[in-house]
Amino acid sequence: MSDRTPHSAPRDIAINGDGAVALAWRQIDPDVVAAYPITPQTIIVEDFSKYVADGEVTTEFIDVESEHSALTLCATSSSAGARTFTATASQGLAYMWEMLPITSAMRVPVMMAVANRTVSGPININNDHGDVMSARDTGWLSVFAENVQEAYDMSIAAVKIAENHDVQLPILVNLDGFILTHAIERMTPLENAAVKEFVGPFKPLYPLLDTDHPVTHNLMDGPLFYFPHKYQMVEAMERAKDVARDVFAEYAELSGRKYNLVEQYRCDDADTIAFVLGSSFGTMKEAVDRLRAEGMKVGVAMPRVYRPWPEEEIAALCKGKKNVIVMDRHLSIGAYGPMFPEVCAAAACEKMPKMYNFVYGLGGADTMVSDFMSAFKQVLAGSAKKVSYLGVDA
Amino acid sequence: MVNLADRKDMVIGSRVVKPGNSEEFKTGDWRARIPVLDKDACIDCLSCWVFCPDNCILVKEGSVLGVKESHCKGCGICAKICPKKAIVMKVENQ
Repeated sequence: MSDRTPHSAPRDIAINGDGAVALAWRQIDPDVVAAYPITPQTIIVEDFSKYVADGEVTTEFIDVESEHSALTLCATSSSAGARTFTATASQGLAYMWEMLPITSAMRVPVMMAVANRTVSGPININNDHGDVMSARDTGWLSVFAENVQEAYDMSIAAVKIAENHDVQLPILVNLDGFILTHAIERMTPLENAAVKEFVGPFKPLYPLLDTDHPVTHNLMDGPLFYFPHKYQMVEAMERAKDVARDVFAEYAELSGRKYNLVEQYRCDDADTIAFVLGSSFGTMKEAVDRLRAEGMKVGVAMPRVYRPWPEEEIAALCKGKKNVIVMDRHLSIGAYGPMFPEVCAAAACEKMPKMYNFVYGLGGADTMVSDFMSAFKQVLAGSAKKVSYLGVDA
Repeated sequence: MVNLADRKDMVIGSRVVKPGNSEEFKTGDWRARIPVLDKDACIDCLSCWVFCPDNCILVKEGSVLGVKESHCKGCGICAKICPKKAIVMKVENQ
């Protein structure tokens, strides 16, 4: 493997989010990648195809005619005993949907990067979390990145969480479409050898190609077995919390960058906190700083790990707060944003904070620091509705 | 309370890691009716043995002995195919 710049040395490079994911994949050198290009994920597939063509990886890159085929191939390839990655977005993830719960029920640790983009219609290629939130209940682990560095870091940590034998579930690595996928940021990569050593070799459980131990995968389940198999996934999700904590701790030793199930910013002494996912966490931190400068005791938190849902951490954060705001970049039309009921459920106790939901930024609607500041100010002034649609319903 | 399989004994991912075990899956409890053989009428033509989709017609030295209750799903093909109407389907547990 040639070590052309900028890929090998642990020095800062300028790279976009998709490029950072492809770089992480290149350093991991998975056995199989099958993916179908879709905006804004395309650069991942393009960059990785170049690595394959240039002989920088040993990966079998398999062209497929659709996302449905891509994920079917990934699930079966992982069953066979190969470390397998894919990437998609929006309609691509929607087209994969049928295979999402099948892949997780097969208990194969496929990693998928999702360049978060809204789901049509009306057709729109810009960022919101409509794609991943519509895949929320399919049994996949799910992690979010705030910036390009985190898209890279999560791509490496995710492999180790998913492949842990106590977990064995597929994982979604979310990065906001365009905001992260196409924006060039400064990032510090790890050395090739360090990445290889960190993820280690793939150790599949009961691989199909282990012909000395014949095994049948993905059998039909009658009612006697279906529910218990689902409950095994519940247990695996629960174990994944500790596994993620351990993997993040190990990654911190390697990289100096420490991640948590829930990231928090100025929450300790705050009386009003907000929850937000993805790149908006950065915008929110700036909003919090400016509001703090005006004397308001506010903070913000991001569930880095969205599945398993870090209920204990969220409950602890909400305890004793006056107001909790949940910012949702998706909408269950006719109900709430998807994260709002989950935070409410986690925060439920006798002296519950007042809970507010702001749906924002759908279809890539720009959401600025001042927009987030106005959400906080509406809540603090007592004028906020239970559910608001930022910039639309005022 | 429903009596589901014990998840602690189950391999994850709906996998079977021991080959050749389909006989352990007792399909007999799917059955509503069971074939009953009238041996006096039976001419041992073995049509039932040929047509049974679950290999449940018990035969010894060319002679039909009855049905394998552990796996017979009660489909009734044997009764339908019997040229002598020596097999009739009867409701069980009545």
